[in-house]
Amino acid sequence: MSYRVERAAFSYGLRDASFELAHSGLVAVAGPNGAGKSTLLGIMAGLRHPYMGSCVYGEREVRDWRRRDFARRVAFLPQMFRLEFPFTAEQVVLMGRTPFGGGWFESPDDFQFAESAMRVTDTLIFRERDFRSLSGGERQRVVLASALAQRPETLLLDEPTTFLDLKHQISMYRLLAELAREGILIVSVTHDLNLALQFADRVLVLEQGRIAADGAPAEALTPHLIDRVFGVRASIYQGRLHYEG
Amino acid sequence: MKGSQTRPLWISLAALIVVAFAAPLIGSTHVDLKRAFAHVSPDYDIFFFARLPRVLLSLLAGAALSITGVLFQCMLRDPLAEPYTLGVSAGASVGAVLGICFGFRWIGLLSLAGAALVLSVVLAIALQGRRLSSFTLLLSGVTMNSMALAFIMFLNSIASFSQSFAIARWLMGGIDAVEYSTIAWLAMVVVPVSMVVTLRARQWNLLSVGEEWAASRGVSTGALTVFGYVAGSVLTGLITSLTGPIGFVGLIVPHALRMRFGADHRTLLPASFLAGAAFLCVCDTLSRTVIAPTEIPVGVITALAGGPFFIWLLRSRRRSLWL
Repeated sequence: MSYRVERAAFSYGLRDASFELAHSGLVAVAGPNGAGKSTLLGIMAGLRHPYMGSCVYGEREVRDWRRRDFARRVAFLPQMFRLEFPFTAEQVVLMGRTPFGGGWFESPDDFQFAESAMRVTDTLIFRERDFRSLSGGERQRVVLASALAQRPETLLLDEPTTFLDLKHQISMYRLLAELAREGILIVSVTHDLNLALQFADRVLVLEQGRIAADGAPAEALTPHLIDRVFGVRASIYQGRLHYEG
Repeated sequence: MKGSQTRPLWISLAALIVVAFAAPLIGSTHVDLKRAFAHVSPDYDIFFFARLPRVLLSLLAGAALSITGVLFQCMLRDPLAEPYTLGVSAGASVGAVLGICFGFRWIGLLSLAGAALVLSVVLAIALQGRRLSSFTLLLSGVTMNSMALAFIMFLNSIASFSQSFAIARWLMGGIDAVEYSTIAWLAMVVVPVSMVVTLRARQWNLLSVGEEWAASRGVSTGALTVFGYVAGSVLTGLITSLTGPIGFVGLIVPHALRMRFGADHRTLLPASFLAGAAFLCVCDTLSRTVIAPTEIPVGVITALAGGPFFIWLLRSRRRSLWL
């Protein structure tokens, strides 16, 4: 299933956004602070009510989906993540299976999906660790594993690489690109335009709550646009952005 | 959830059984069980009308307060929340204090009315918006709590000397022997409500992480929060109207269990029910035996046990911040 967003707006952040997304692919959402990126993602995840305009997932308006049915298709990765209570990393990952379980216990399937999600995110070593004792980057990978355990057809991520070291930033985007090739729709808010250039199939640039550019990365992220939207002079050399003072 | 996680339940259950059978036998006077069951006075009267109902009430109160503590800590994502955070028990206290000041007989019923009033006012305020969040619940609950406590202080300031003593005594909290019929209807509320709360354990797990976290995993967070608040308030309101506010039970028991056995509500909730019952029963047994025949209010015992625990908790919380 895919998204069709028309004139979507919210009381803050997002003013007017229209676009359609395909069933799969890696879509990067970029823009300066306060441009409405997280608000847009929140609307698409069904977490911002009431939004104006229309945001249709599949054939149904996001606000009309039953939460549980929606959660079986769309997984969301929040930007900030703090936990007050001593859950283990594995318990956090298994929470991703809740929309599927009818009962009190997880099924063998649930454990299997959780394990494979932890394997691809390189988090099996933390399995029994208290989530709170993990570093920011380690937590982010565990939270990604939890979203992957949901086996979503659409994955929405709000700045998934904020706390990651260089190696894990690259491997996170490599993993996302691979999942996108396998047929998952991935929408990821990012501040790293070079990562978007390198890995995304499409880039949406937001400016003051409106879409400033939408297209293939090299077409959307032109030096002219970056100057206008971000106020930074840049040039593209060998497919990479170079910023000037 | 794995098989090994049922261990805390067996431990708590064992503790509860030992305590429940031992507590009625312990006291300032020796009771001969044979004579008690043969209806021989005074053993019969002491065992069946002084000790047993009191033990049963302490078990139910401990269970209800601990379950509510777990619930409120989870909903507010605040490890320091307790059953009294959201104002219901303060409402119950206002009812009781009014009753004392104006010399009514049915103090229990009045405090029940006070609890119900606060519950509905907080819900009305918090439900103003379309969606209820734990934040609005916390703000309205804490506000009502402060207002109720201020009103109690006001009543206390205009009360006579003997009324003031009665008020202070009530606010300390204490467990007294009550009629078996009271215990029966209390059990008929506490046990089913606790079970319904426990049945939603997986949803509490999600909510204890965060509202967006739970919502994006299929939970209707607004409805669940209302349910949790009403369930916890019914438990706390009922217990407070019978025992007055007994502090720390709802704080210590959930925290001790979480530290030892983890945060999964599927074990945490039932274990808190069992261990909370056992803990308060032990405290109450201490309160009526330590300096018998004088009784120490049970709130003093729980707090004297709870204070050091609380400090230790704060210290370990600070340490974990640097990890």
